[in-house]
Amino acid sequence: MTLRRAAPWLLALHLCATPAFAIDPLEFKDRAEEVRFQNLTRQLRCLVCQNQNLADSDAELAHELRQQVYELMRNGKSDEEIKRYLAARYNDFVLYDPPLKPATWLLWFAPGALLVAGAGVLVHVLRRRARAAVADLTPEDDW
Amino acid sequence: MARLLPLAVFLALVGLLLFGIHWNAHHEMTEVPSPLIGKPAPEFTLPLLYEPERKLSRAELLGKPYLLNVFGSWCPTCQYEHPILSANVKPLGIALIGLDWRDDPDDAKRWLGRFGNPYDAVITDRDGRTGIDFGVYMAPESFLVDAQGVIRYKRIGMFTPELIERELKPKLAELARPARAAAP
Repeated sequence: MTLRRAAPWLLALHLCATPAFAIDPLEFKDRAEEVRFQNLTRQLRCLVCQNQNLADSDAELAHELRQQVYELMRNGKSDEEIKRYLAARYNDFVLYDPPLKPATWLLWFAPGALLVAGAGVLVHVLRRRARAAVADLTPEDDW
Repeated sequence: MARLLPLAVFLALVGLLLFGIHWNAHHEMTEVPSPLIGKPAPEFTLPLLYEPERKLSRAELLGKPYLLNVFGSWCPTCQYEHPILSANVKPLGIALIGLDWRDDPDDAKRWLGRFGNPYDAVITDRDGRTGIDFGVYMAPESFLVDAQGVIRYKRIGMFTPELIERELKPKLAELARPARAAAP
């Protein structure tokens, strides 16, 4: 195929390829950086559509926040620093994993505490039943 | 006593669920309280909409309180809020600074030309970075900043005349008090 004949096809291929970059024009230096970016944005909540994470959301603000996360990564900030940066502006609500602090103690410890309390009640009831069963036996009963 | 325990647990659960219903009915679920309240407003230096060669910074606004109103010509709710800013906020005497957020300045000028300009100054945040620093996530939003540059109150969504009475006016009265006390 001559170049002249191939040119329209090349152009068509080029047009097909462009929209993929239009979604987020971010260039990663390697696969590891891209994976890190994807993992990080998946742990952050989009404020506009609040049941979506930052990686999935197509809201304009999400684009800009992704861009911001990308630039912070490029500036050598750690995941933790980036999360703190966003939480300082948008509240801990942006973090899918809420930090452990007095205001979230109930959230973190209540399920465990309820489980332990439930187990306590269960043990108490079972012991009492066992005692009652033993007390029902008279000394004359045959074992 | 032990026989009443299940009933007590049941009633406690009912109480918890009723509280949940009450809470949800009285809170806007999409409103995320700003962690910036009581903290210094973020730094910014942004071009003025009508004189792009001049810039307005946070430092220049220190000394008297102002209401920073985040808007955009693309934002439909801002159109509803706009006449309320003119009619109900402007007479309160607080400096009104417009932050034109993620917007084309020409569109913003057209928009203000059509509806009128209630702002004492309009600054443009075209790439939205200052908005992000303020934790803006939906327009309109408004920040009440005191004379020391500290954010005292934030409204997410539009102001209504009722909200101005109930929330903004008491906050403004609060600001007026310590300022008078500090004056010689």
